[in-house]
Amino acid sequence: MTQGIPFNIPFLAVAVMIGIAFYIIISQRNLIKLVMGLSILASGVNLFLITLGYRKGGVAPIYTHTPAGIMVLPIPQALTLTSIVIAVACLALMLSMIIHIYRHTGSTDSEKSRIMKG
Amino acid sequence: MMSKIVRTMASLLILFALIYGLYIIMHGHLTPGGGFQGGAVFASGVALLIVAFGSDNVHKSLKEHHLSILESSGALIFIGLAFGGIATVFFYNFLVGSSLFGHIPPPGSNPGDIWTAGVIPFMNIAVGLKVLAGLSAILLVMALATTLMEVEE
Amino acid sequence: MRKIAITVSLSIFIGFLIATAFLIHPFGYPPSEMDDYIIENTQSETGANSAVTAVVFDYRGYDTLGEATILFAAVTGVVMLFRRKKREN
Repeated sequence: MTQGIPFNIPFLAVAVMIGIAFYIIISQRNLIKLVMGLSILASGVNLFLITLGYRKGGVAPIYTHTPAGIMVLPIPQALTLTSIVIAVACLALMLSMIIHIYRHTGSTDSEKSRIMKG
Repeated sequence: MMSKIVRTMASLLILFALIYGLYIIMHGHLTPGGGFQGGAVFASGVALLIVAFGSDNVHKSLKEHHLSILESSGALIFIGLAFGGIATVFFYNFLVGSSLFGHIPPPGSNPGDIWTAGVIPFMNIAVGLKVLAGLSAILLVMALATTLMEVEE
Repeated sequence: MRKIAITVSLSIFIGFLIATAFLIHPFGYPPSEMDDYIIENTQSETGANSAVTAVVFDYRGYDTLGEATILFAAVTGVVMLFRRKKREN
């Protein structure tokens, strides 16, 4: 640590987002708020992937009519694309399961819909 | 089913949404975009139709059986293209340098040429069909289920 | 008792995350050997003008295959959960 401790604001924003998401998942009982917490966790991880690949003063890694300059890294952007699509698919499946649980047990409280007791 | 102004404008705007989505899919190897993004743009156009006309009217023309055939054909085309270059390796780009889509662009900044990039435009079309059909099927099925739940209880 | 254990473990975890945000590499200067090779050789090996599309479909095609499979499985699950029985009328 010869140059001191760097004060990276984007990485701090990612840490705060993941911390808030974990607090929501642990403490809430309503099922829809739980799904919101999972969605904030997915957004925080996508933001972390993109900010890992930024070069200072860089342009987009595309060669059509590009201005002169160094390019940012293209691999984290490709991984983020995959991650966003997977998050959308999981969100659709979770919401349709919540609709089914509401139709069978009559409430969206996670304490009232336990079937394995005792 | 909303008012007459909304229905007229929605049936006009679905055309522009379809053209915009297909443009983003086809130019995936030259500009930012590609298969996934173009499919999502088209699915938002279908969402506009469902909100403006009601899900029962849309279900008369767009059944989920036809969407399932479209999605399966997209997946089969993608796997068929992956097996095309099996002589070297599994995902080999076997059309670079040949006659179809085989030009090589000059290095550095250039105006884009659409007949480049080998197997990648076909893969963009296959993945675009898959995402388009999949997201439209999810939207249609969930919108139909809400009208049914009002009838049952 | 349960609340004390949850509070202590959550605060240790969040402290670990914030310490990582300070100790990771400085923000504009990432380590990059593989990406330098990809930016140099995209136009001659794949013929595409866009490095991101070349990475998604050519250098890392297996990940796109896995993602297409996950999308297919999720759409199948959602359409299956909302089937209706035929009414006998």
